[in-house]
Amino acid sequence: MLKAMKSALVALALVAMAPSAQAATPADTLVIAKQIDDLISLDPAEAYELSGIEVLANTYDRIMRFEPTDVTKLVGGVAESVTVSEDGRTFTFKIRPGQKFASGNPLTAADAAFSLQRVIKLEKTPVFLLSQLGWTKDNIDTMVVATDDSTLTVTIGVDFAPSLVYALLSSVVGSVVDSKVAMEHAVDGDFGYGWLKTNSAGSGAYVIKSWTPNEAVVLEANPNYRGGEANLKRVIIRHVPEASAQRLLLEKGDIDIARNLTPDQIDALSGNADVKVTAIPEALLYYVGLNQKVKELQDPKVRQALRHLVDYDGIAGSFFKGAAQVHQSFWASGFWAAYDENPYTFDVAKAKALLAEAGYPDGFSLDLDAPNFAPFTNLAQSVQSTFAQAGIKVNIVSSEMAPMLTKYRAREHQALMVYWGPDYMDPHTNADGFVTNIDNTDAATGGKPLAWRNTWQDEALVKATADAAKERDEEKRKAAYIELQKAVLDQGPYIIMFQSTSQRADRANVAGFVQGSSSDVTYYNLTTK
Amino acid sequence: MPNSTRSGSPLLRFAGRVVSFLLTLAITFVGLTAVTFFISRLTKIDPVLAVVGDKATQAAYDAAYLALGLDQPLPMQYLIYLRRLLSGDFGVSVLTARPVLTDLLRVFPATFELATIATLLGVAIGVPAGVLAAARKGRLADHVIRVIGLFGYSVPVFWLGLVGLFVFYGKLGWVSGPGRLDIFYQDIVTRRTGVILTDSAIEGNWEIFANAFSHLILPASILGYFSLAYIARMTRSFMIDQLSQEYITAARIKGNSYWRTVWFHAFPNIMVPLVTVIGLSYATLLEGAVLTETVFAWPGLGLYITRALFNSDMNAVLGGTILVGAVFITINLVSDLLYRLFDPRLRTS
Repeated sequence: MLKAMKSALVALALVAMAPSAQAATPADTLVIAKQIDDLISLDPAEAYELSGIEVLANTYDRIMRFEPTDVTKLVGGVAESVTVSEDGRTFTFKIRPGQKFASGNPLTAADAAFSLQRVIKLEKTPVFLLSQLGWTKDNIDTMVVATDDSTLTVTIGVDFAPSLVYALLSSVVGSVVDSKVAMEHAVDGDFGYGWLKTNSAGSGAYVIKSWTPNEAVVLEANPNYRGGEANLKRVIIRHVPEASAQRLLLEKGDIDIARNLTPDQIDALSGNADVKVTAIPEALLYYVGLNQKVKELQDPKVRQALRHLVDYDGIAGSFFKGAAQVHQSFWASGFWAAYDENPYTFDVAKAKALLAEAGYPDGFSLDLDAPNFAPFTNLAQSVQSTFAQAGIKVNIVSSEMAPMLTKYRAREHQALMVYWGPDYMDPHTNADGFVTNIDNTDAATGGKPLAWRNTWQDEALVKATADAAKERDEEKRKAAYIELQKAVLDQGPYIIMFQSTSQRADRANVAGFVQGSSSDVTYYNLTTK
Repeated sequence: MPNSTRSGSPLLRFAGRVVSFLLTLAITFVGLTAVTFFISRLTKIDPVLAVVGDKATQAAYDAAYLALGLDQPLPMQYLIYLRRLLSGDFGVSVLTARPVLTDLLRVFPATFELATIATLLGVAIGVPAGVLAAARKGRLADHVIRVIGLFGYSVPVFWLGLVGLFVFYGKLGWVSGPGRLDIFYQDIVTRRTGVILTDSAIEGNWEIFANAFSHLILPASILGYFSLAYIARMTRSFMIDQLSQEYITAARIKGNSYWRTVWFHAFPNIMVPLVTVIGLSYATLLEGAVLTETVFAWPGLGLYITRALFNSDMNAVLGGTILVGAVFITINLVSDLLYRLFDPRLRTS
């Protein structure tokens, strides 16, 4: 035994003497620790997970774009300028001259047309972004045409405000794919889909060198990038699932940036001179959906009462600690046309009065589905305890995300707590999600928007949403969304509570990492260290 | 005539044994995959969602539904899977976008490396500790070993992993942090077996070997601690049983020293059950240790199967199950062979 212990100690000592980790990352490489197990595809016609979209924002240029140098302004990306026809249905994009893909192939209007057509023809998840423009497999080849090498003519089949069209073309499906490279790898008419799931063919700042699931994504600088070659030649995004491990790696200098730290860890790092913490408000909303199939929830007064039964400030100040801010309307603060008033306060007396008016002076019981991880576990418990103060007995049903979403999409929940992120940077994306519900039957075939999932159909608001999308006067359009947000705040089947804030920690020598409000506008190429 | 049958019989017997082994194998695998398949399909997870996400249109959803073959009746889906499996096709994982076989060949070596070192540690320390505890039953050494074992039994591996990281990586800097290699050493060694220790040794790149070892030693020690606790406890009880036998008294009367009796008379007699215990503990580690893999960002089998299960990625779940099944069968087989080595009585049968 003693001998064994001795040899164990000797082994440990040997390890201690072994050349241990060098205390810095390579000078030309940016090393990011992040949870990337949501990544399932890197094809811009399919990727719809946050990690995937972020990688694609750095590997593909888009037709319209928020440039790394100013992530708040929507400008031409691959396209240099655009003109709109009188009827607002035909858009003529001029492609910037002299652009090249990472492969060296010239980038022309034909590539842009190919990329949009490809999205429609492949019909993967993000197709809805473009199909709402009235594009189908049958008409896409005539609706989107490269008139010549530098002219892309796009015709839409619906009345949509130009700003909305541009926002759609700045989303992930607006990524321009190298048609030659894609078609070289095409198998059975898949437009290179099988290959592009794990490779890139773009003109962004980086190219994908490898993606090893659950392990890492490795990017290499594209010397042909329109914005100039990236400062750091290599980016390694390491999958580090555990937040504490991310923190240790950062403190030891084995990574440059940690992306998924908890508020507690951010707090603990604030005294560390080697580390810099940055907070970025995101567009992600935490909310509770209230299914209108539940009799008690059908009375608008009950829904208002429930909105008065959340301890907004208490939660924001305790376990969220800087990771979220109170926000109650459906379009996140900081974006064009956001409604920033938060009219609901935590007010038990008022809630009780509203419940009494609705005929439930003693409350009722309610099942609340919530994901079984932070911050939802704490959030659900807080809601449970404050609801109880007005006699509402909440039964928390905690589960993995996948089965919970399956239940949500089948409308089998009573109340369900989850988050929602916009699909592109225009309020229509959330108005559509939170309000539009054309067919309120169980058998409805559509994208299952949130209004449908919560069995809520307000025909006047549905029409107002459609009208707002068409409005070409920007001021009127903005006013329309503000009105919609107020109406949903008053009538809707949601308790929208918080808007998330991303908290990132960098090594002190890292500068220039561009992190906007979403994965679409997070860029690596300007980073230095 | 009688002579020729006699000479043919060992061969026949061997062939018979091989056939019955293969038959057992086939039945085991069919049973294993069937149970996994039907249980997974009974869960309330929509496998299509893993492919298309939460926001897909009905058309995109339907296309993925068809592509996954979910329109077929359940038993039919299973038969289709089996048929493909027989031709060596494990299918494609929807989560990683690549063939399940490729995935398994990537993740299993990481787990294999971890489990093997952990088991070596567990045996190297656990067996002597168990013997010592039995020999010193009720005395200080026994109590100390029991407390250490109990601690290993009752402390959550997740916590122990984090504390280990904090102390040995964060504070002392004795070992490297989460992951299998430092960034500097990524993609240098050619991948042959996927076990970095082996691959770097083949190339004679001892710097990478040392780096891989310094990443491996902490998670392996932590897993090894848990198998140590189990192995030590079992060894102790086997040894106590042997030490109370009459032949021990006889050996002592013949003038053997106490420790000689323990190691040369009693210990050989616990080899057979001990091999079973070690084999079982090794097999359990080879399934993948999802919590340890999470803490140490170790891209192994545990993380792979867990993620597949939560998303109902059927091909990956079934492929992983088959691999785990194969591991158990192999270890059983090896244990059987070792029994013969250690127990002369089994050799003749």
